Amino acid sequence: MTALSEPGAPDAVVGLVGPTRRLPRFDRAERALHWANAALFGLLLATAALLYVGQLAALVGRRDLVRQVHVVSGLLLPVPLILALIGPWRRGVMADLRAFNRFDRDDIRWLRSRGRDRSVRLHKFNPGQKLNAAFVAGSIGLMLATGSIMFWFRPFPLAWRTGATFVHDWTAIAIALVVAGHIWMAVADSDSLRSMVRGWVPAWWAESHRPRWYTEITGLPAVDADDEQPESR
Amino acid sequence: MPTTGPLTPEEAEITVPEPTPERAAPVGRRVVLGMFGLGAVGILFGAKAQDLLERTVSPLLSRDGTGLSSLLPVGRFRIYTVTGDLPSRSEADYRLGVDGMVDNPTVLTADDLRAMAPTRLNKDFQCVTGWRVHDVSWVGVRLADVLDRAGVQTGAGGVRFHSFDGVYTETLTLEQARRDDVIVAYELEGKPVSAAHGGPVRLYVAPMYGYKSCKWLERIEVTGPHPKVGYWEYRGYSTDAWIGRSNGRDDRPV
Repeated sequence: MTALSEPGAPDAVVGLVGPTRRLPRFDRAERALHWANAALFGLLLATAALLYVGQLAALVGRRDLVRQVHVVSGLLLPVPLILALIGPWRRGVMADLRAFNRFDRDDIRWLRSRGRDRSVRLHKFNPGQKLNAAFVAGSIGLMLATGSIMFWFRPFPLAWRTGATFVHDWTAIAIALVVAGHIWMAVADSDSLRSMVRGWVPAWWAESHRPRWYTEITGLPAVDADDEQPESR
Repeated sequence: MPTTGPLTPEEAEITVPEPTPERAAPVGRRVVLGMFGLGAVGILFGAKAQDLLERTVSPLLSRDGTGLSSLLPVGRFRIYTVTGDLPSRSEADYRLGVDGMVDNPTVLTADDLRAMAPTRLNKDFQCVTGWRVHDVSWVGVRLADVLDRAGVQTGAGGVRFHSFDGVYTETLTLEQARRDDVIVAYELEGKPVSAAHGGPVRLYVAPMYGYKSCKWLERIEVTGPHPKVGYWEYRGYSTDAWIGRSNGRDDRPV
């Protein structure tokens, strides 16, 4: 067996043969951005719950402190993205952002069939992941803007402050649901989840779940067993 | 003349059977811009939407038995405490001290308060952070009656409230404290005031923002005309916290 990448190697290497073939999916900057963002979202959701859910607020109290933690982590929210985009490590992140933005015909078909159309051949991300990324980017902007109006309220008319609170509240509920869905799906696909930790996916995973991305980085045709069999349920 | 413009769909169909990612639709950007657009509309008109929700949805939510709807940001109390845990004291152990510039420093039990002439108020509760609970029913004793029972001395001008959370304080001028819609409350929505809502006994200052309605009321101290400001006033809130005329807000008065 001539696996080109060794288990435990710090970063994944493209391996073309053998059962342990690995394809690099996320470089260090991409993973650092993901987990820094995840940590901030987690902290914000947790402190939001302490400020907002009556029973938790009653349990933990310390409203002034919780509020300060929430505000500071909120203001830090754009920092990981900015750092990821200005450093010399930005190539992978920028390529991901471009991929998130673009929805081709297969992506639209995937969405229409809610991910069930087996003939769809995907690139690096499925359209659900792309929508999730767009939602996260949009909500960072929204929460930062509305949170700032709530925190530095003096220059703003009252109606805007109430409106900002309204947007902040309902967007927070949407974020909680989307994050829960994101974690649910990640846990359901452990190879995908692990690639956000160790950086690589097994080649068979890419071949079967992301055939066009597989072909793009290996130059090999993706032969998925599912495609050759008649549709069976 | 050669065509230099973009391909028509028919031409694209022939020359590029599958659209490359570069030619695909920028849905991600549209989602982000759409969210920003909705957010801007929400900031401008959310106040009206919130008001509408409070009026139409909150009566329905009050009949929800599961309690899940209490997680929605509509027509509900939000429980704020400034200390680490929820202060709690049973009605039997409860004592309310009235002292300072009074003739007879007094300690009242919950039963003493219940034995006094009750005052019922059905009024909104408006928080300075924007939420409002409509038509809350309160039962308690007029603060003026409690003060009279201890006998306010001449020269007094202010009242300072202390919470048994050990931290929170509030103040009113004596004139404000003597209003008919300022009560020492022991019932909320037909039930004894719960610990989360500041029970067993709390203040309810109807015409002012919620932070004036000191929870877990333990001590009423009659002072000179300018008592030291309370917890949130020290952190920048208005001292005369009239609803709609303070803290830079213009809510409907209660």
